This record gives sequence, structure tokens and C-alpha cells, in this order.
Amino acid sequence: MFDRLWRFHGGLKLPGHKQLSLSHPLATAPLSEQLIFPLMQRPGVTAKPLVAVGERVLRGQVIAQAEQLLGVPIIASSSGTITAIDEPRAVPHPSGLPGPCLIITTDGLDEALPVHPCADFRALSPQAIREKIRAAGIVGLGGAAFPSAIKLTPGPRRPIDLLVVNGAECEPYITCDDQLLQTQAHDVVRGAQILLHLLGLQQGIIAVEADMQAAETALRAALTQLGETRLTVRAVPVVYPTGGEKQLIYALTGRETPSGGIPADIGVICQNVGTTAAIYHAIVRGEPLIERIVTVTGQAIRQPQNLRVRIGTPIKTLIDYCGGYRAPPSRLIMGGPMMGFALTSDEVPVVKATNCILVASDREVVTEKVAQPCIRCGACAEVCPVELLPQQLYWYSRAEDLERCKTYNLFDCIECGCCEVVCPSHIPLVQYYRSSKSKIIQKNQEAEKAAIARRRHEMQLARKEKERQERAERAKLKKDALAKKKALDEQRAAAQSNDNSDTDELK
Amino acid sequence: MNFATAVSPHLKPRASVTRVMASVLLALVPGIAALWYFFGWGVLIHVILALLSAWCAEALMLGLRRRPIRPALGDLSAAVTAVLLAISLPPIAPWWITVSGAMFAIVIAKHLYGGLGYNPFNPAMAGYVLLLISFPKHMTAWSPPEGQGSSLDFIATLRWILLRQLPDGISYDAMTMATPLDAMKTQLGLQKAVAEISQGPIFGLFAGKGSEWVASAFLLGGVWLVWRRYAAWQIPTGILASLAVLSTLFYWYDSAHYTSPLFQLFSGATMLGAFFIATDPVTAATTPRGRLIYGTLIGVLVFVIRVWGGYPDAMAFAVLLMNFAAPTIDYYTRPRVFGHSS
Repeated sequence: MFDRLWRFHGGLKLPGHKQLSLSHPLATAPLSEQLIFPLMQRPGVTAKPLVAVGERVLRGQVIAQAEQLLGVPIIASSSGTITAIDEPRAVPHPSGLPGPCLIITTDGLDEALPVHPCADFRALSPQAIREKIRAAGIVGLGGAAFPSAIKLTPGPRRPIDLLVVNGAECEPYITCDDQLLQTQAHDVVRGAQILLHLLGLQQGIIAVEADMQAAETALRAALTQLGETRLTVRAVPVVYPTGGEKQLIYALTGRETPSGGIPADIGVICQNVGTTAAIYHAIVRGEPLIERIVTVTGQAIRQPQNLRVRIGTPIKTLIDYCGGYRAPPSRLIMGGPMMGFALTSDEVPVVKATNCILVASDREVVTEKVAQPCIRCGACAEVCPVELLPQQLYWYSRAEDLERCKTYNLFDCIECGCCEVVCPSHIPLVQYYRSSKSKIIQKNQEAEKAAIARRRHEMQLARKEKERQERAERAKLKKDALAKKKALDEQRAAAQSNDNSDTDELK
Repeated sequence: MNFATAVSPHLKPRASVTRVMASVLLALVPGIAALWYFFGWGVLIHVILALLSAWCAEALMLGLRRRPIRPALGDLSAAVTAVLLAISLPPIAPWWITVSGAMFAIVIAKHLYGGLGYNPFNPAMAGYVLLLISFPKHMTAWSPPEGQGSSLDFIATLRWILLRQLPDGISYDAMTMATPLDAMKTQLGLQKAVAEISQGPIFGLFAGKGSEWVASAFLLGGVWLVWRRYAAWQIPTGILASLAVLSTLFYWYDSAHYTSPLFQLFSGATMLGAFFIATDPVTAATTPRGRLIYGTLIGVLVFVIRVWGGYPDAMAFAVLLMNFAAPTIDYYTRPRVFGHSS
């Protein structure tokens, strides 16, 4: 069926710098003395510690439980003693602000809770598989860290006909998915088989970029060995951001995810290759997600390479293992050079979304950028993968014309950064868009709050009015009753006096 | 260890305004060389005069507007305006034509509208039209192509442009001539046929003598500019295609009174305008479809004004008229955003 490729608009051919980290074999990072787990998993999604300071925990033990639906349990990635459950530490967040963290001081024994392997996942119901995926703490490892169990529950109103396993690692420098496919292609394919079973699908595509030949070969070999014919391997052109979920699905199927929608709306479920392998490990081997592959790369690190890293390991540990900084690094980036964010400290821990640590030198990143006036050249519109008009959005963002920002579809912007990289005037376009988006969101929230306050005020008025009416009614009733009573009393008194007179007369 | 914070994307920018403008200047080199070869030293003298006055005007205006002067001069945008204006002017025009034109372009058409990026009208063409309307005598007296009439050496040209002094034995009439478009228009008005007019000394193989090769050189530089993506391909394509289609239709209908498409394409400012003037990003339409429409309408206007209007050439008017229309064109040609139905 899906035997051709579609070309999405724009995008950029970027120098990959992939050999930097691929020329060294995959290694395992040492167990660090401390493992740090931020309690905030996503904005507004927190976790409640289930352990106390001083308690000993084992690898695989749930140490904190998510308080919201969009969270997953936090799982100890090695054995040791809990030394803090609410300590402010540097966390991987663009703001650079510290956040509450749970800390394990490891004992080096790496003792694990007993695992419960499952010989035949086909015997499990979809709901049981989803529950296991959630319990194993699995989130999207491509960078978004969205809970996989939720993503794999499209609901009855969204019929799914295709699984896409995303191995198209389009950001420069990052090679963790490539390395994973080269070393664990079988696990990825088996994970994809579980997903086909879970979703009741007959077809799936595993996508890689055309320059990932070794990974592609490994995948094809794994498919042949496992006799899997429902899955096909497709190599997509090396164009950034082809690894973006919506761009990849379009490239493979020609289907456009509707604005504001999700791929399930067009019958597709997309999972990252790392996530898919983690699902296999969780379902079949019973192992929770406690480690991932992280690319440590850049010109300012002595030995760039991919490392198998326990979640919670401070980045400093990885830097030291890779031989330390070569030159004073210009910037420490979590993620790639296009969409990653700069870390303010190397004490920040690796989280599930950490695919890459880019230790960049002055030559690799922009250090000083002086914005000049926009000359309306339109280079931004040419490269925008969503076919927005970035320069119009820039004018409206600058003018704080938020209504126009909305009509020019600001919220379809995926912040891929293409427009900014080609801008000859060196305007920080993406920053303008982020700022406008947050202003709009804030305004909406304020409007919502105001609406709620108004509604409450109106309800309060209505309640008071009702109370007043009720009071008035009660008072009236009482008055009437009194009047009646009075009348009755008078009547009675009159009657009595009559009686009396009668009796008197009788007397 | 602590690090400075920064926001994505972290990659270095690929281009700069200076590089864009420098590429435009570089692409103009073949055309300027051909102009110099066929029309003498006046071309280069005017380019230098225009550059000097444009830079002075730019520095002055930036100073008055309290903006940093050095980066703005370094962006070369004033240089592009100056060169485009200078090579549109007759090479034997007096010095004050160029100086006042360049000053007007930079001071009025560029900075009073807000400077680079904000000006609604192409500054070079605004300057050109001002000169054309104000000083028609000087603006229509072109030097004859190489091999025709009297040509001056560098010193004599300089003396003529700056001091209006001619060497002995050379008359003003001998060194001025109408342009091919002008000659064609005048003589068609005298009920002559195109074939007959084309026999004249200033006509070459398929357009004007010399000027056909100048146009070819601008085409060469322009194609390079488009190939390097410094100019949007839609604009020259729209202009050349619409001009070619219209002139072919009329030539087909009546070749005695309408010139050939080749003549239209390689005469006057067609090539210079299509690749270098109409493509000025600041004043042109910016959406892909919008640019095609913008270019097409410029081509139509050029043909209409050349054939039925009062001026022999029309690129400057056509570009300025379409500058007006660019925001509206942009508004109605917004591309469909990914994931939206219409």
C-alpha cells in the first residue's frame, strides 16, 4: 500500500555531524553516586513520593506515583537509599529554575525487584498491555515524553489502520535512535509486533532516514529473521524536520494530521523506536523503563559517543565518562541544535526525554546575534514545513496583534527553527512566536478565569435574590399567619364574649 | 559547572543581509560591464557618483534617526539602490541628476518611510521616476552605442558629466541618441512599419544595437541570482512570461505595428527590471503565488504602457504601481497551512 513517499513543504538540509558520535561503539555509563528524579514530569503533572527519607529502595521499585492522568510512576533506576524526597535541584527545564526532586544515593549493588516475564504477549488483553506499559513508566522517548499508554488508547471514535515506528532522527548530531536500531533492531521489531497486536493492526512502517543505512540493514535482517511481513522498513529523505510526527506521517502516507488534531484522527499511531523497544522490554521481559540511550556529542566533549544511561544520572557523570570538556564549552544543550534547550548547569539529571547532550563549542552554535530589519525576503516561508508565513507572524507578534497571530495560524507553528536559521536579518523569530503563544494562552486563561468569576458573581446575585424572595415570602407567610391568628383570636375573643354574654344571659 | 542560557534554534544563521545584497551587486557585474563596453565611461562614473551620494544620504539619515550607522552601511542595501538607479540613467546625464536621484531614493523613498524593510516603494525606481518626470530632456538623451556617433574617453566623459564641457569638434547632438524603444515609439507614430524602423543604425540583431547584449548580460546575472535563490524565481518568470505572451499575440496579429517578443524582452529595462528591480523583496509580494501574480501584472503593465502609454519604457512605473498592490496580493494569496482544509 504505502509504496511511495510524499514531500512536505520546505524543511532544510542540515549538516548532520552524526559520525561524531557514531564512530565510537555504544558504551554503558557508570552508575552515579546520586540519582535525581524531578517530581514534575510535565507542566502541571506532579508525582507524590511513596517512600520516606532513609528508606532503602530496589531497582524497579515505584518510588513516586503520578497525581494526574498525564503522568507515569517514577521508578528507581538502581538500588540505594532515599536521601531526599523534596529537594530543590537543577532540573531539565528551559527556565533554568530549580524544581523539587527525589534523590537516591546508590549503594552500587544494583539490586532489582523480581521481574515477571511474559512468555506470550498475545495472551494478554489490550487493556492489560496498556496497564503494563503505564506501570513500567513508559513515555515517548523521542523528546515529548507523553505517556505511551494514553497515546495507545485512541478510543472507539478513531479507527486506526497504520502503525508508524519513528526512527527518522532528523536533528543534527543526535544518533541515539540510530545506535539503538544498529544494536537492538530485534527488540524494536518485537515491540512493533506488540503494538500491532495491541491495536489490532495488520500493517506498520518502521521509518529511518536515508543516511541511516546500518540501521536500515539491521531492521531488514531482524524482520527476515522474525518472519514478520506486516512491517516494512522505509527510508525517508534526509530533510529536517522529517522526524516530526506529523511531517513523517505525511511523508509516508500523504495524510495530513488536521490542525489541532492528533495522528489518530487520520488513523495513524506513531511511536518512537526507543519507546517501541522499551515496550517490548516491559511486556515480555517485565522490565520497567529505567535506562535509555543518550548521545553525548559536540566539538567541546573529548570523546563523543552514545551511552546507555540510567534515568536520573547527572549529566556531569556522562561528561566525565566521555573524558570531560575539551575546550570551555559555549553551550550545553539537551536535545539537538534546532529544538533542544540550553541547560544552565551540568548537575541536571538525565530524564526519559533526554535523547542528546550536545556540548557545543563557539563554532557550532550562534553566540551573538544582532537582529536587523526584516527585508521581507520570504526565505522563512520557503522553508516552513507547515507552510505558515513566518514573516507575517513576526510582524504581528512584534505589534502584539494577537488576533492576527491567531488568524495566521500561529498555533500550527511547531517551533522547528527552520525560519530562524535561514533569516538573513538574524531575527529571533521562534522566540517571538513562543512569546506570542504564551501571551495568547495567558489571555485565554485570564478570560476563562474572568468568565468563571462572572458566572460565580451572577450565581451569587441570583442566590441572594432568591434568599431575599424566600425571606420576604416567609415574612409574608408569617405576617399572614399572624394576621390570621389575630383574626382568629379576635373571632374567638368575640365568640367568647358572646358566649360569656350568653352564659351571662343564661346566668 | 554553570552555563549561559539561550533559546533554540542554536545553529548559526546561514545568510545575512550583507550577503544577499553583495550577491545582487555581484550578479549585476556582467550587465554593468556590457553597459560600459557599449555605452562608455559614463556608466561607471554615474555608478560611483550614485554610490557616494547614497552612502552620504544613508549616513546622514541614520544619524538624524539616531540609529547605528556602521551596521546599516555595511548591509549594502543603499549600495544596491544606488547602483540600480545609476545604471538606469543615461550615461551622459549631468552629475546632479544622479546625485539628486540617489539622495531622493535614500532620504525620501527609504528613510522617511522607516528605513530598510519598511519602505513601500522601490527606492531606486522612485528616484528614477522623480528624475524622469522632472528632467525629461536629460533623461531621454542616451549615448549612442559603440560604433555609432561620437564616443568620449574617460577624462572627456568626466569633464562632460561634471562640467558640461565637450572636447573641440564634438557636438552635443553627435553624442546623444534616442533609445531603441523611444525611436520605435516615435516612428511607429509616424506610420512607419516595424520592419522599416528596425533598419535604423541603432537597431541590432533582434533588439537595440549594444543594448540587446546588455540585456543578455543582465539575464545571465539574473539567472545566477535566481539559481542561488537570492531572488524569487516567480517574479522574473511572471514578468518575462506575460510580456512574451502578450507581445507574441500582438506580433502575430499585426507584425507591422507591433514589435517582436524578442524586441520587447531584450529592450529597455526588461531584463534589469525583471531580475533585479521587481525582485526587491522589501517592496514586492512575498507569498509564492503572490509573487507570480505580482510579476505577471508587472509584465502586463510594461507591455500596456510601452505600446499604448505616453512613455517608451515602463518598468519603473509598472514596478511602482505593483508596489501599491503587493500587500493586497499577499493578503489574498496566503498558502494553505498544513492540516487546514482550505
